[in-house]
Amino acid sequence: MDILRFATAGSVDDGKSTLIGRLLYDSKAIFEDQLEAVERTSRDRGTEYTDLSLLTDGLRAEREQGITIDVAYRYFATPRRKFIIADTPGHIQYTRNMVTGASTADLAIILIDARKGVLEQSRRHAFLTSLLRVPHLVLAVNKMDLVDYSEERFAEIKDEFTAFASKLNVGDLTFIPISALNGDNVVSRSENMPWYLGTSLLHHLENVHIASDRNLTDVRFPVQYVIRPQRATDHAFHDYRGYAGQVAGGVLKPGDEVVHLPSGLTTRISSIDTYDGPVEEAFSPMSVTLRFEDDIDISRGDMIARPNNQPHVAQELEAMVCWMADARALTPRTKLMIKHTTRTARALVRDLHYRLDVNTLHRDEEATSLSLNEIGRVSLRVTQPLFVDDYARNRLTGGFILIDEATNTTVGAGMILDAN
Amino acid sequence: MLQRDYTTSQLDVLEAEAIHIMREVAAEFERPCLLFSGGKDSIVMLRIAEKAFWPAPIPFPLMHVDTGHNFDEVIDFRDRRTAELGARLVVASVQDSIDQGRVVEETGRRASRNRLQTTTLLDAIEEHEFDAVFGGARRDEEKARAKERVFSFRDEFGQWDPKNQRPELWNLYNARIRKGEHIRVFPLSNWTELDIWDYIRREGIEIPSIYFAHTRKVFERDGMLLPDADVVQRGDDEPLFEAVVRYRTVGDMTCTGAVQSAAATVEEIIEEIAATRITERGATRADDRASEAAMEDRKREGYF
Repeated sequence: MDILRFATAGSVDDGKSTLIGRLLYDSKAIFEDQLEAVERTSRDRGTEYTDLSLLTDGLRAEREQGITIDVAYRYFATPRRKFIIADTPGHIQYTRNMVTGASTADLAIILIDARKGVLEQSRRHAFLTSLLRVPHLVLAVNKMDLVDYSEERFAEIKDEFTAFASKLNVGDLTFIPISALNGDNVVSRSENMPWYLGTSLLHHLENVHIASDRNLTDVRFPVQYVIRPQRATDHAFHDYRGYAGQVAGGVLKPGDEVVHLPSGLTTRISSIDTYDGPVEEAFSPMSVTLRFEDDIDISRGDMIARPNNQPHVAQELEAMVCWMADARALTPRTKLMIKHTTRTARALVRDLHYRLDVNTLHRDEEATSLSLNEIGRVSLRVTQPLFVDDYARNRLTGGFILIDEATNTTVGAGMILDAN
Repeated sequence: MLQRDYTTSQLDVLEAEAIHIMREVAAEFERPCLLFSGGKDSIVMLRIAEKAFWPAPIPFPLMHVDTGHNFDEVIDFRDRRTAELGARLVVASVQDSIDQGRVVEETGRRASRNRLQTTTLLDAIEEHEFDAVFGGARRDEEKARAKERVFSFRDEFGQWDPKNQRPELWNLYNARIRKGEHIRVFPLSNWTELDIWDYIRREGIEIPSIYFAHTRKVFERDGMLLPDADVVQRGDDEPLFEAVVRYRTVGDMTCTGAVQSAAATVEEIIEEIAATRITERGATRADDRASEAAMEDRKREGYF
């Protein structure tokens, strides 16, 4: 059994909570005491139906205002897979939350109301999914029961969305007509739509192939922590020196020739260690400890790659940045901290090339700043070299966060362009 | 040629993520500590810590906030496990906080030291100048927790502000704080109760005996089975009876209920949990039943 992480985009009006509620309930991830609490609250408020959004709206302010503030993580499992849902709110702080939820997602579900068709917000969701390079996208056309399960209506929406998606970087796009309320095509195939020959949503989630979405080509091992057990109880480890980290790309094997950055020195992997014993290979997302044949000065923030396949060593970066702070804006000359893999440095915004309208994809080249929830293309200069790849090639070596030095808050997320 | 499929099992993915989080903390903070209660989640967290730094010892101390109302079996287990690892254990005592006048003991039948723990915990964090505190909380436990970050920022009063959390993207965690502030770190955020048990089974991890079915004198209150113990105040209308029970969570005796169960092995517990229809907190924790926002309120104040 493996894990599929998916993000859901849409508002309560699209039936998102109903859909999540149904997936959780039908897979027995909602428990009786949780359901009772939700039913009681729904009744107290005079709601006629059981409001399943109460399951995910966990904070007092959310319940009081009837809105979702933050990304909520939900869990369910079927015999085939474990699922982690990043449930992102539809209205407040939309971009910031969706970018956060999508950053780790293997798949995104965008909900569309069959009566309303492709709206501005559907296009915005699709764009963010594409910007964050979520490998699989499902367009769930919901409320099919309210359009008489019409094949024509489904085809119209499909055509319209396909035309828009052709402008984006969407790897794998699947359309599923559903009724979350009645359960059509959610867990099992619907008898109301015999013209639909695809699988149910849950069947798709259980079977979509994600193992090859990771980068298994370019060896990237950001050194996270040096392990030197000076007071090891076992004297066999007295001279042990291992470099711990989580594999960010490629497949590493003992005996492989590797290059250390920034030194450029080459050596061979002598052993890939874990608590459970040495392993024959390591790939993303494994956390392992490497030892090398030669004694090289290696510290946190360094990178291990292959001599003939190295990341770009860059102090000048081009990136799409999503700005997440409300207290201050991003402008040229803004100074920030940048955290990329295991390396933290200082960064200066050299230029803001344009601000992107996430609804129309229009580029505003006159823009002089990015404020909360705005996305734009920037040039950065960094105080020390980073070992980067295009975000499109590797999400782990192509993504970074920006931190405000004064407040210590995370104020931006960046995706590197034109590195390789 | 058949291409190898680099599929990774769910436990391997969760373990790799938790190890990454632990190493990140060890690399970025001066004085981390790991909250170890002897409960199953903190036991799993401790195993992850062993794995993250092997063959070196765990590079931070353990801390237990002791209400003085813990099960003997759990305290014994805590001390034995700590000794095996050669780890340093800091015990922060709620009794000390009461004796020093920092908190006042609750009175009445439902008196519990559960809420008092927050002061003891925050005082200990301040005294030892801990800047990162590992907790075993999981997002599937409770809906306020479902929205909490892996690196959860606490101000100088130890408070959590759920509406003002730092965005958390990819596997990049923001570890920056000012002196006096700290980060609560939850490496098991993405684990479910069943994942914890699957992992205990896979790793062959030892857990305290009260997790398994045993005969115990209990009484019923609000649909929960509370133990017969000096520290638990029982009314005349709450008769004792013997039952075969086990604990799904391990906490303060005054607010932790047992469930009727014959599950005597980890395998049987897994079977039972897979079939159950009630959450572990709903079944066994009086502290979360106080109000709909009980956990959120306690967390805001600085609770685990």
